[in-house]
Order: sequence, then C-alpha cells, then structure tokens
Amino acid sequence: MAFIPHTPAEVREMLDVIGAADVEALFDEIPPDLRAGAPAGMPEALNEMQIGRLMRERAAADGTTLGFIGAGAYEHHIPAAVWAVATRGEFYTSYTPYQAEASQGTLQLLYEYQTMIASLTGMEVANASLYDGASALAEACLMAVRANRKSSSRRLLMPATVNPRYRRTAHAITTRQGLSFEALPYDAHGGILATDALDAHAGADPTALVIQQPNFFGRLEEVDTLTDWAHAHGMLVIAVVNPTSLGLLAPPGVWGERGADIVVGEGQPLGVPLSAGGPYFGFMTTRREFVRSMPGRIVGRTLDAGGHEGYTLTLQAREQHIRRAKATSNICTNQGLLVTAATIYLSLMGAEGLARTAAASHARTGELLNALTRLPGVRAAFPGPFFHEAVLRLDRPVAPLLEALVREGILGGFDLADDYPELGPALLVCATETKTSADIGRYQTALGRLVRDRHAKP
Amino acid sequence: MQSREPTIFECSVPGRGATDQWPQAEPAALADLPQRFRRKQPAMLPAASELDVVRHYTRLSQRNFSIDTHFYPLGSCTMKYNPKACNQYAMLPEFLSRHPLAPASHGQGLLACLYELQEILKSVTGMTGVCLNPMAGAQGEFAGVSMIRAYHEARGDHARVEIVVPEAAHGTNPATATMCGCTVREIPVDAAGDVDLAALRAAVGPRTAGIMLTNPSTLGVFERHIVEIERIVHGAGGLLYYDGANLNAILGKVRPGDMRFDVIHMNLHKTFSTPHGGGGPGAGAVGVNERLAPFLPVPIVGKDGGRYRWLDERDLPQTIGNLSAFMGNTGVLLRAYVYIRMLGGEGMRRVAEHATLNANYLFARLKALGLDAAYPDRRASHEFLITLKRQAREYEVSAMDVAKRLLDFGFHAPTTYFPLMVPECLLIEPTETESKATLDAFVAAIGRILTEIVGDRERVKNAPHGLPVRRLDDVRAAKQLDLTWPGTPAADSVAG
Amino acid sequence: MTSVPSQLEYTAAHEWIRRLPDGVVEMGITDHAQHALGDLVFVELPEIGRVLEAGEACAVVESVKSASDVYAPVSGEVIARNTALEQTPETINQDPYHAGWMLRVRLAPGAAAAAVLSAAEYQTLLDTEGG
Repeated sequence: MAFIPHTPAEVREMLDVIGAADVEALFDEIPPDLRAGAPAGMPEALNEMQIGRLMRERAAADGTTLGFIGAGAYEHHIPAAVWAVATRGEFYTSYTPYQAEASQGTLQLLYEYQTMIASLTGMEVANASLYDGASALAEACLMAVRANRKSSSRRLLMPATVNPRYRRTAHAITTRQGLSFEALPYDAHGGILATDALDAHAGADPTALVIQQPNFFGRLEEVDTLTDWAHAHGMLVIAVVNPTSLGLLAPPGVWGERGADIVVGEGQPLGVPLSAGGPYFGFMTTRREFVRSMPGRIVGRTLDAGGHEGYTLTLQAREQHIRRAKATSNICTNQGLLVTAATIYLSLMGAEGLARTAAASHARTGELLNALTRLPGVRAAFPGPFFHEAVLRLDRPVAPLLEALVREGILGGFDLADDYPELGPALLVCATETKTSADIGRYQTALGRLVRDRHAKP
Repeated sequence: MQSREPTIFECSVPGRGATDQWPQAEPAALADLPQRFRRKQPAMLPAASELDVVRHYTRLSQRNFSIDTHFYPLGSCTMKYNPKACNQYAMLPEFLSRHPLAPASHGQGLLACLYELQEILKSVTGMTGVCLNPMAGAQGEFAGVSMIRAYHEARGDHARVEIVVPEAAHGTNPATATMCGCTVREIPVDAAGDVDLAALRAAVGPRTAGIMLTNPSTLGVFERHIVEIERIVHGAGGLLYYDGANLNAILGKVRPGDMRFDVIHMNLHKTFSTPHGGGGPGAGAVGVNERLAPFLPVPIVGKDGGRYRWLDERDLPQTIGNLSAFMGNTGVLLRAYVYIRMLGGEGMRRVAEHATLNANYLFARLKALGLDAAYPDRRASHEFLITLKRQAREYEVSAMDVAKRLLDFGFHAPTTYFPLMVPECLLIEPTETESKATLDAFVAAIGRILTEIVGDRERVKNAPHGLPVRRLDDVRAAKQLDLTWPGTPAADSVAG
Repeated sequence: MTSVPSQLEYTAAHEWIRRLPDGVVEMGITDHAQHALGDLVFVELPEIGRVLEAGEACAVVESVKSASDVYAPVSGEVIARNTALEQTPETINQDPYHAGWMLRVRLAPGAAAAAVLSAAEYQTLLDTEGG
C-alpha cells in the first residue's frame, strides 16, 4: 500500500543499521506537544479498481457537450501521436533538466520548442514557457518595466479588449510591485481600439502598451498603427496572441515599423486538451536585447568537453535559485509536459497544417455567425474583420438561454454580461475546425427554438 | 556513447507533412481577412511525417533520466514513483474535454473531486481554508505572501513590509517576497541547523510582515525551535508562512496548523506524487487559518446544499484575486486527488514514515562509508545533507564531480550546491517508494566513486563517460547565446 | 594569492578605484572578486550621464553561477564606460585592474569616496574573510 515496497524484515534490518528501536523513534526531534493524531475525517483508502470506478462514475456524470465557447481556451483536434509520445515515462516522470548530461532529451526538445515559438511569433528569442497565458502577461508587464530604459514609470496601458481574466490576473500578480494599468476604452461600434483617440493616454510616461490580437471579441486590432504609436511615445509593445491564429495572421515581430517587443500567449491551442482550465502553458518571446530581462527557464546549445554539440539551461544567474531576492521572477518550473505536447503538435502540423487549422476554424466560425444571425433577435455585434471568434448581440438576457442550451448538451458561448455590461445581452461564440456543419445546424435549431419562444424558460 | 540526434528541423523535407492530422484546406474562408492582417512568410515549422516525428521525440525521450527508468534522489524535489492510475483516471475523456467556462451545472463530478481535495488538504494540514489554484509552489508562495500583506493592510498596518527568511531557504522565498513588494531579512541558522533565535529576535519588529519557514528545513532536519519561533514572530505582530516543500516528511505526524502557521503552500507534485513532466506542471495549493481566509485567491469550490459551485470575488470581496486565467492546473489536482484517495489517512502516515526510514538508512550507510554529514548529530528527516568539503580539499574533487560520476552508474545525481551556505554539498532525498535494494546499490556506487577519488581521480573529474554528451560548456552557452536553431528565420526574422 | 596593487584604493564590497586627474576616478572589481565569481559571461554598465550615489548598485557582473551587483564606491556622474566588456566580459577575469576597468566617474563636488580602504587595509580584509 501507498506504493511502499518494504517488507517487515527489511524495515527491521534498516532500523538496526540506523540504530533506532522503531520507526517512531525517527520522529523524536519533533516536540511531542505538536504531534498530531490521525487526521480527522480522512476517507478510507481505495484500491486501484475502486478509485477507477469512482472516477469513471464522476466523469460519466459530467458527460460531454458540443462546445462553442472559446474565450481563451480552444477545442482543437489533437493528433494521437502527441500524447502517446508526451506521456512516455522518460518525459513524464523526469524533472527540470538540472543535470544536463542526463536530460538531453528534454533540453533538445525545449530548444526546438524555443525555435518554433520564436519563429511563429516572429521574434528572436523565447523562454521554455511559463504557467499559462494570463500569468505570462503578468510576467511580461513586469519585464517591460525592467526592460524599458526610456521610461521610469510603472504604468501600462491596458485596453478593455484584452481578455478580462488576463487583466485581472496581471493586476493581482503585479500590484504589489506598484504596477498600475490605465484602461483604454474600445470603440463601441467597431469593438476595437479607436486609434484616433490614443493620444489622450500618452501623457504620464506609460512604459508599455498591451495589444491582444485577435482581441477578446475576436476582432482584429489595427496592430501596425498601435505599435508605431506606442513606439513613438517611448513605450514597449506587449503582444497577446493566439498561437493558432499565427498560422495565418501577421506575427507580432512584424507589426508596424519595428515589431512588438514582448510576445505572450496561451499555448493551450497547440495540442493541449481543455482539461477544465489546466494545466496549460504560457509562451513568451522577445527581442534578443531583452533576453536578460526575460523570466523563466532558457535552454541554449553549446559544446561538451569533447567538442560535441549539446544542450543546457543557460542564463540561470537571473533566476531565483541564484539571484534570490533580485531574481527576474520567483518562477522555478516551466510547464515542461505541456511544452512537450505542443512541440510534437507543431512538428506534426507544420506551417501548412497550422494554417489549415486556423483557416478551418475561421471558416466554421463564419458559418456559425451566418447560421445564428438568421435567427430573430440575433445579430453580429461588431462589423469588420474578425478571426475565429465573434460577438453576437441578442434581444434578451443570455444566461437563461445558455442554461437551456446546456440542458440540450450544447455550450452556446461565453456570456459577456459580467465583463461588458455596456454591451447589453451579448454572447462570445467560437467554432473551431472540430465542428461540422451538422453541429452548427444543431446549435442553430436549438437556439432557434429558444428565441422564437417569447417566453423562453429561464 | 549514443550518436547525435539531429534536430527536428534537420529531419524536415519541404513538401512533406503529417497530412492525415490536418483539416481540409479552405482557402475561400479567408476572403474576409484583409491582406494587411495576413502573415506574409509562413512560420518555419518542421515538415515531417508522423513517423519522423514519433521516432525523433521517442529517441529524445531516451536521452532522459526519469523516475520510471532511474533512481532519482534529487533533494527537496521528492522524485517518487508517480502511480499510473493517477494519470489514467485524470485523463478520462469527460475531464479532458471540459471547457473551463462551462457552467458548474455541467461538471458536478469534477467539482466534487476538487471540493473533496480541498477538504482533505485542510484536514491533513490543520488549516481552515484551502485554494487549489496556484499553478506551482512558487505561485503558492506568491499567493501566501500576498495574503499576508493584504491582511496587514486591511488592519491599517502599512509598515509591515519585511519578510524574514532563513539563509538556507529556497531561492523562491526571497524572490517571492520581492514579487510581493517586500524587503527580505535573511537570518542565519545555528551550528546545529536550527534557526538562530537571537538573530530572529533582533530581526523582528513593527516592520515585520512575516517569516517564511520550511519545516523540515532545507538542511534535512526538523526545526526544533518551532514553538519559540512562533512565539517570537506572532509576538512581534508578524505572521508565519509554511513552505510546504517538505510536507511529505511529516504527513500524519505533525500538522502546520498545529505548529500555528497562518498560511501554507503544498507542492502537490511532490507530496502527492503528481508527475514532474520535465519541469512542470506543478500545483501549489495554499491553506490558511481563519484570519487569512477572506484573502484567499479565487476561484474556490464551494458547496450549497448538495450542489457544488465556483466561489469568486463576489463571494470573497477581499480576495487577492485571480492567479491564472481559469482555475489553476485542474488536471494536476485530479492526479493528486486520485493519489490521496488511494493512500487514505493511514497511507499518508506510512508515506512520512518510510520516506524518513529510507533517508535515515541511506544517511547511516553513507556515514559508515566515511562521508561527512553537514549536521552529524541530527536525525535526518526525509532527506539529508552530505558535505564533500574534506574530499574537495584533499583530492580536489567537487560535489559536482561526484554528482556527474553517479550518472555513469545509472543514478540521477542528488541536488548539488543547495543550500548555498553548505560547501560542496549533496542534498539526498531517496523517497519512500524506493526499495532497500535500490538504496544499497546507490551506496555501492558511492563506495566505488570514493575509491576512484583516491586511485583514479581523473575518471571522476571527467565524468560522465557513458551518457549522450560529456560535461557541457556552460560558459560558452551563456556567452555565445544560441537559443534557436539557425536554419530557420527565427534568428533573423526581425529587422534590427 | 590574489593581486592587490598598492597604488589603488578599495571598498569592502571588492571594488577598486584609481584616482585620475580633474576629480575623475576609474573603477572596477578586484582580482579577488573576479576569482570568486569565476568566468564572467556578461557585464551590464550604467548609461553615461547617470548620477551615482556612493553605495548604490550601478552595474551587474554575471558568471554562470552568479550575478552580482557592483556598488558605486563614490558619488558622481558616469562619464565613460568600458563598452568593450559587453563583447568580452572575460577581460575582467584576465586583467581586472587595467583593461578590465568598468566606469569613469566625475566626483560630485565635495564628495568623498565612501569607506575607501588602502591596499594594506583591503589585504587585511581579504585575509580575515579567507580565514
């Protein structure tokens, strides 16, 4: 039990070598007053068959749904080879590659990952990943303050079109270091930042502008104009991007005249299942000149004592285990396993597979928009270019509709009422390449029944 | 020695691809996408067949040491066996396909697991509130110290911005304090490895926000002054933070809550055996007592009647906020839940006992070989510290040399040069899942290395000899930075 | 064992200073410091024109195993920096007192160097630390 191999005879033999009467004697340095009894209320141990049954029952109770929610987590096809290889014990049960000679597999994979994600975002260098997209944005904000020598402020411009959860996370993680965010409003008609109203925000020496592309509404921001404007005012540009979209959309490295300075995003679309929110991974890439301001693990290629190529963690002097209170961040780990999956995913997809995934997802979302806006009281909220996600406006509150759809096994989208009350009843929807025309038809039919009924049940 | 494995980019052939995994091409779909938003140059990703990819990454995996293949006594990292059942039952299709924003009504099974996990962790640690969100130990630390600061500020006690940290602490402790806008006061430990109480008394005062302690400490011993430390810090108005890196050593034996810690984090990937995945994901759940409960991060799983739901900032208006986009590393939490249910209360106690038994046995055997303990008069906890200072002086071999030579014998090296204050140290954590036979084989390897140090020193200094690469040039790696494969435009895609 | 040239002055934080004409001092890190750090891989220097307070962190020297702040031994304005170190940080390892100089600082009016040690005093400090 408890995966302990010892026989009673071995325990006795080991205690004799130690010179202890019994196992209890090994805890004799703990003050007796503190000693606990058995933890109260602990369930009985289950064997593998019993826990398997319990977990299967709970999973079955949840069932599966037909999902049209994106909002930061996307259901894409995951090739079978991805997790078949990623869960090999040699990847799955190893640790941070401190002993480089015994970790060349993980290290070379991370080097390949850094190459792929740098290329995908159009930047020069990448780290070996952070926890998730939201916390990666928080780290990017802290990094921008360190890296921007032209500005001494800790103020950043944060558009309301950035994922609200990312904004909340960035605030929670950076507020203790005195960072503040000035909200940039969006154009109520277009759903993007109004580029002609920006100058009002350039006073007070902001250190960076955050741009999400596609933005939280799925709309495409005028990234070239925004980037050039920020640079002209001495700001760095932090890009938040969806990696799948970069199969087709201009990478942040070529935005405007000089490109974005720091790029972050959620890696989940690259072969990581939705998994109720995690584990995912955050990616981060930047210009070479900022590499020492970048948090997280970084792998470099070098030579061994025999002059042969090999890989090792490098630039570790920035990190907490050496620099302690002066480290770039307190982060220790990357999200190694998820990066392993993403690297295999990107290798299988290649540039063309990724572009096709992006195009098919965009096509399905367009089809979904066409289908749903044919229903009475449903219309597209924002005209103009979008990518693979879009906002619908409805003539009645969204929450009861979504609840009714769930009862039919459909996740109808993300209700914007809490985060964007000014929009009125609004729903963020997404269809990826995993959805068929029949799926879209099923959603249309179900929603149609609900909206045609003037007194739709709550 | 194995030959070089080419990079995936070298395996690529233009025009090749794993086409069966791709969706149909739909060029017409892009008509509504203006050219100015479009990518002009395709990303330079591999062009390889499925077999190319599978073979390449399988070969790379074979260049790793791992728990499944090797004894991995990496001190403070708790590299114990990760039961296969935990993986299998956390990866049931219904859990994997669940969208994080799906309503709680469609997910009661998952929420039941997470709620029960919260309750069990409270019980095991003696805390009154738990949040599962932090995505790693370091993020748990961040949550904990943020809550300490929020607590003081809510009382109008704005001067409390100093965090006391023993010099032996993990580097994450002072780094976390800085991330929380605090200043760090490091205090020494005494000759026996306990916190220097006089230094602690001198360090605390009206500016003290709290102390961060690992217990058993990173020196592999139980902090015997814990009761006195608690009195001093609480007496000065500060709070006590428990770094749960070594919680596995005291499961079912003593609870952080009973040691009167105010806030703790638990490394579920250590104590509750979720896989380390080559450096993550982890999970760093936090636990608090009543006074910090209002400040917990969100979301948390709550229970109204028989139904589970997510509690957010509307339920906890004083929360320190969201630490991730969604609800943390849910898949890791499910693995920990399965592991804990398989252990039960009795199994947890056995974990601590056998981890401690294995450490003390290995400690005794290595001392008998003539190795020097950093704290020779102390009981080992679940790990222990060896110092090779004498060997370094007499034979000019370092702890790193011994660590590298161990790799040749098929053992992952212990943690080296941590804590920084102990010269030429090895921090060794065997864990409870290793058999006596494995520990004996490790002792035999160390014995051979000690013989080599005297008779064949170069063999040790030049190790490893049988791995895919020999010792790597770290100086070159840092000076001539090579972070991306040069055959792609990644290196030159950005205009200067 | 390490070199401590007698004509220079030192700080307890292992920086050296050389007094040049016109109230300018040149500074770097000592032979002892470079030896303790090991092979340097990166040096970060302050911008020209930055005004330093004695004792403030003004530069960073980084080896594979550590990154250390360098503290300004004097108050004054940075008037020159050894940019060659950015490409060849190892110069500090090879020649810490000459080619490995880091900054030249024009002393602020009336500024005294903070807690400067003579070569003999610095040698004593090293002997004590080493013991």
